[in-house]
Formats: sequence, structure tokens, C-alpha cells
Amino acid sequence: MNILVCISSVPDTTSKINFTDNNTKFDSNGIQFVINPYDEFGLTKAMMIKESTGGKVTIITVGNATVEPVMRKTLAIGADYAVRVNMSAIDSFSTATEIANYIQENNFDLIIAGRESSDYNGGVVPGMIAEILGLPFVNACIDMEIDGDDVKLIREIDGGKEMISVNLPIIIGSQKGLVEESELRIPNMRGIMQSRSKPLTVIEPISTMLHTNTISFDKPEEKGICKLVDADNVSELVNLLQNEAKVI
Amino acid sequence: MSQDLYQAPDYFLMDELLTEEHKLIRDAAREWVKREVSPIIEEACQKAEFPKQIIKGLGEIGGFGPYIPVEYGGAGLDQISYGLIMQELERGDSGIRSTSSVQSSLVMYPIWKYGSEEQKMKFLPKLATGEFIGCFGLTEPDHGSNPGGMVTNIKDMGDHYILNGAKMWISNSPFADVAVVWAKNEEGRIKGVLVERGMEGFSTPETHNKWSLRASATGELVFNNVKIPKDNILPNKDGLGAPLGCLDSARYGIAWGTIGTAMDCYDTALRYAKQRIQFGKPIASFQLQQKKLAEMITEITKAQLLTWRLGVLKNSGRATTAQISMCKRNNVDMALNIARQSRQILGAMGITGEYSIMRHMMNLESVITYEGTHDIHLLITGMDITGENAFK
Ligand SMILES: Cc1cc2nc3c(=O)[nH]c(=O)nc-3n(C[C@H](O)[C@H](O)[C@H](O)COP(=O)(O)OP(=O)(O)OC[C@H]3O[C@@H](n4cnc5c(N)ncnc54)[C@H](O)[C@@H]3O)c2cc1C
Repeated sequence: MNILVCISSVPDTTSKINFTDNNTKFDSNGIQFVINPYDEFGLTKAMMIKESTGGKVTIITVGNATVEPVMRKTLAIGADYAVRVNMSAIDSFSTATEIANYIQENNFDLIIAGRESSDYNGGVVPGMIAEILGLPFVNACIDMEIDGDDVKLIREIDGGKEMISVNLPIIIGSQKGLVEESELRIPNMRGIMQSRSKPLTVIEPISTMLHTNTISFDKPEEKGICKLVDADNVSELVNLLQNEAKVI
Repeated sequence: MSQDLYQAPDYFLMDELLTEEHKLIRDAAREWVKREVSPIIEEACQKAEFPKQIIKGLGEIGGFGPYIPVEYGGAGLDQISYGLIMQELERGDSGIRSTSSVQSSLVMYPIWKYGSEEQKMKFLPKLATGEFIGCFGLTEPDHGSNPGGMVTNIKDMGDHYILNGAKMWISNSPFADVAVVWAKNEEGRIKGVLVERGMEGFSTPETHNKWSLRASATGELVFNNVKIPKDNILPNKDGLGAPLGCLDSARYGIAWGTIGTAMDCYDTALRYAKQRIQFGKPIASFQLQQKKLAEMITEITKAQLLTWRLGVLKNSGRATTAQISMCKRNNVDMALNIARQSRQILGAMGITGEYSIMRHMMNLESVITYEGTHDIHLLITGMDITGENAFK
């Protein structure tokens, strides 16, 4: 089976996020980048499929050279090939167009992308790829079983689950549940050594046209200090809500 | 222990001095420690048991001889990679780092540097995966800081040697498969001897009731007329310089390792100080606590730079015994002071197993003693700069 996993390089979830240039650019100074957690579940699933049924795992990232360490990590975890589309991934549609183009030129049976990326949380790239290529797309998958061309998927829906049957080739959105956190792989020394000689190919984008333009970013307001009011002291609570928080 | 929230401090953007591969190796070791060591280490220490279940994983992340060439089962990495792995392991626990240092620098290193091709092929690949565990016997009951005075000895019996004597305070000894033992021959020359478990007359009683390095097994090596095949002598180096060469490598690992403990203590204390409220304010807002924290990060940063530079020198084969000694001495002392200061910041919570600090502090009492005591390293620097020997 030929599997493609779409990987984003995102700030570590414990990073302090700041913006520069009048809140128009993300400040990457001192930020540690990691594999987008939703993608990592997908990558791990891809490794498991490869180990049980054979095949190749390619990963693709749209980004400039700064994303390569994260790509190298996926190779150390066990992906076979890595492809970087040399362009900043700021606009979902252009990102999806580039990935779709690569898929069209190379045949894949299964394409896995994270349900969303934990940085900009757009959550639309895999859906757009599916639309461009006319492929079935199932998002938020928490289980997948493949038998020949038949795929049984379980998808998380609000307050329940949906069981779906679909045929390859497909594109799925991965999240926790597809594999468990404890199954995520830490690169071992053998993997790190092998990753040195695995190909990381850089290709140029077919188009650099952006469809959207970010005007500025706003951070959520800092959480205020928490005040504890004694359970018996209802009048104090009402007073604070009225005069300090000014919400009632 | 409560959840491991560790975030490594990097005040001077030291990461920029590392290669992408260094960071990949370091981060893998860091993740592994979070997943495999942090959840079990407190209980292992309380019970004074070495957690044998982590040996395989320790081998996989490069904990055993990462700088040993690939043809002998190592990873052929540079010295900074080795240092970074030690830093992450000791961030988890000095006992885990000790097991790894002993195996890498005191067992694999001498076999690699002083051993025959057959010895290398027989032992190194199995030591690299953790299938074999090794130990290093230099210290004796009556010869600690002065190992040259050792009495353990081998006698040439024609087709074999007979080994007699005893070693004490030997890390990993109770379950080691092979011991690199230093013994004098009839001419008083120190030789390296590979003693294998199961050899008649060889026993390894465990040392109990330690308050330090409780998750690392320590014991004796007792040799009672042990018959040693001639093939088990390390052929390519002898004299006190042979074991001291291993110590250079292990001390280098300790220099990196103790930065890990210091970073863990600082990180824990900083987080606690921001959250703990007294007199209506976080204790981090009091000058006395800020002084402690500010001095800690200053000392950690100095040690990081010193040690990174030592790594660069070691990579180019230029790090001297005296430089390694200075770095080991500085960093262990720095880490021990930080452990003590951090423990105070946590107040009573600091003495519990909920946090790693007290465990690190107790562990560091061994680390400041083994591989040359704090005093002995001062004498090494003293001798190096004055040319005067103040040991005896
Ligand atoms: C947990 C643990 C694990 C260990 N693992 C190993 C191991 O795997 N293999 C191994 O071979 N050894 C091991 N050791 C032994 C360790 O290396 C020795 O304990 C160390 O070298 C000090 O020797 P000693 O304990 O005999 O102290 P001593 O040499 O008796 O020293 C006692 C005190 O006297 C001071 N002193 C000694 N000589 C001088 C001098 N000339 N001038 C001034 N002061 C001096 C010392 O600094 C120290 O403060 C381990 C020790 C511990 C605690």
C-alpha cells in the first residue's frame, strides 16, 4: 500500500505565542516546533499499516526550510520518503492545491492528514484536497480497518460515533483514537541513523498565488486572577459580579 | 510522582549551537524519559530497585555506547550527542544515567579502545542493545581515591591467570554479565580483565541501605581464585592510565548529566514558586526566592556553555583530563547547590516523593563522590596549573 501522510510543523503546545510587525506575523523566536499532534496519530497509523501489510510511507509538508527538522523526525520514526513543497503554508487553498498536485502525479492508495493543525486550526486542507481530486474524505477518524480495497472507518460525531464503509483510494482526517497516545513513536537511534540517508526532496510550488490574506492576529485576553468567594457570602459574590466584573 | 511537566530552560539559546541531529537525539531521549522513566522512577527509588524493564528501551534510544562505531553495534555518534543523552537521562534520575555511563564509558569504551577484535565482536554488540550489562571494578575497600594502590591481582599460570581480591562500590555489579576489572600482575602493572558471570569463584553481593542512587544497583565484586582465560585480558593498554582513560569518558558524561538534574530542579522550583501563594502573593514575587531562582539559571547557563565547549574540544580530540575534571567538578557542585536551593523553595513539599528534587539531591551526593571526589578534582586542577602534586 502506498500511503501519503500530510505533516505540518507546529509550535509545541506549551509555547508562548507572540506576534510581530503590528500583529501580522507569528514570532517564531525561541519556539520549539513539533509534528502537529493530529498528524502524528496519522503517521503512527501509517507506520502500523506498513508494518502489517507492507508498502511505503511518504510524508509531505508545505513549508520553507525551517520545517525540515520536523520532517527529518518523521523519517527517523520510520517514514520512507519526505517531500517538501517550497512555499510558506499560509493559505489553506494554496496548500491543498500543492498537495493535490503532488498526489495527482504520484499514486497513493491512502492519504492521511490531521483533522486540523494545532497552530491555525483551519481544519480544511484535507477536505479541499479531496474536493480537488474527487476523492472520498472522512474526517475525525478514530478507527480504521483495511481489507483489500474495503475500508471500515469509525468517525467521531458529536456525542457518538458513525461507522462508515468506503473504498480506496481515500483521504482521511486523523485524530487521537486512530491510535492511542501511548502508541506514538519516539525515534530510536537506529531510526535516527537511517533517516540520514532517506530522501528529503524539495519541489517548487506550481502556483504561489494566495487566495486569502491575513490582516492581523489577536490573542485571547489574559485570564484574570481567580477570586474565591466563601459559599455563604452570596452578597459579596453579587457585589463583585456587579461592580468589579460588571457582568450583571 | 505527579505528572512530569518538565520544560528545559535554554536562557542563552544554546540550541542554536547544536545541529538538527543533536536536537533530534536529545528530544527523543527527553520524550523517552518522560514516558518511560518519570512514571516509574519514584517507586523504584523508594523500593531501592533498579527498573530492569527499561534496559531495552535505554539501548534503543542510544543509552549504551552511542559513540561506539556502527560495526560494533554502536551508533557512531559524536561526543555532544553522547553528552545530550546523558543530560536527558540524568534529568530523569542519576541512577539511570549511572547505569548508562558505566555501560558506555567504563565497559564498552575500554573494550573498544583496549580490547582485541574478538573481544569487541563478542561483547560490544550485546552491550549496545542491553542484552549484556557490564560493570567496572576499580575501587577497593582500602583504595578509593588512590586506585593505584590496589591489591586485587592476577597470577600467570601458563595457559590462564588466577584472579584474587575484591572490589567495592561497583555500579551494576549485582546483575552484570561482564565486569571490566583492574588488577595488578606480578610486576605490579595494572591490567584490564574481563570477568564473566558464572566463572567459578566470582560473586557479586549487593550493597544495601543506600540513601543515594537507590534506583541503581551497587555491589561488590569478590574474586576467589577465579580462573581467567588469557583471551579475557585487554591486550592493548595497561597501567593506571588505562582505567583513567575510561574515567575521562565517564566524567565527561557526568558533566553533561548533572546539567540535566540542575535543569529539572530549577524548572520544578520555578513552576512551584509561581503557583504557591503565601501572604497573598506567589512566592516567586519575593526577592529572596527570586535571588535563588536567578542565581540558579545563571549557574545553569554558565555550565551549559562550559560543557558545550568541552564537547567541541572532545569532538576534535583536544579535551584534556584536567579540563574534563574541572567541568565534572563544577557541574556536580552546581547541580547539588541548585538541588538544595530548589528544595527550600518547595518548603515541606520539597521533601516528598511528589517532586524529583530530594531524590536528585540525594543522588548527587554519590555523583560528587564517584569518578573522583570533589576534592580530588580540585587537586587535579591544582596540579595542572601549578605543576605541583598535592595528592601525597
Ligand atoms: C553509588 C556509588 C557507585 C560507585 N560506582 C563505582 C563503580 O562502578 N566502579 C568503581 O570502581 N567505583 C565506584 N564507586 C566508588 C567511588 O569511585 C569512590 O567512592 C571514590 O573514588 C572515593 O573513594 P572512597 O569512597 O574510598 O573515598 P576516600 O578515597 O577514602 O576519600 C574520603 C575523603 O578523603 C578525601 N581525600 C582522599 N584523598 C585525598 C587527598 N589526597 N587529598 C585531600 N583529600 C583526599 C576525599 O576527597 C574524600 O572526601 C562508586 C561509589 C558510589 C558511592
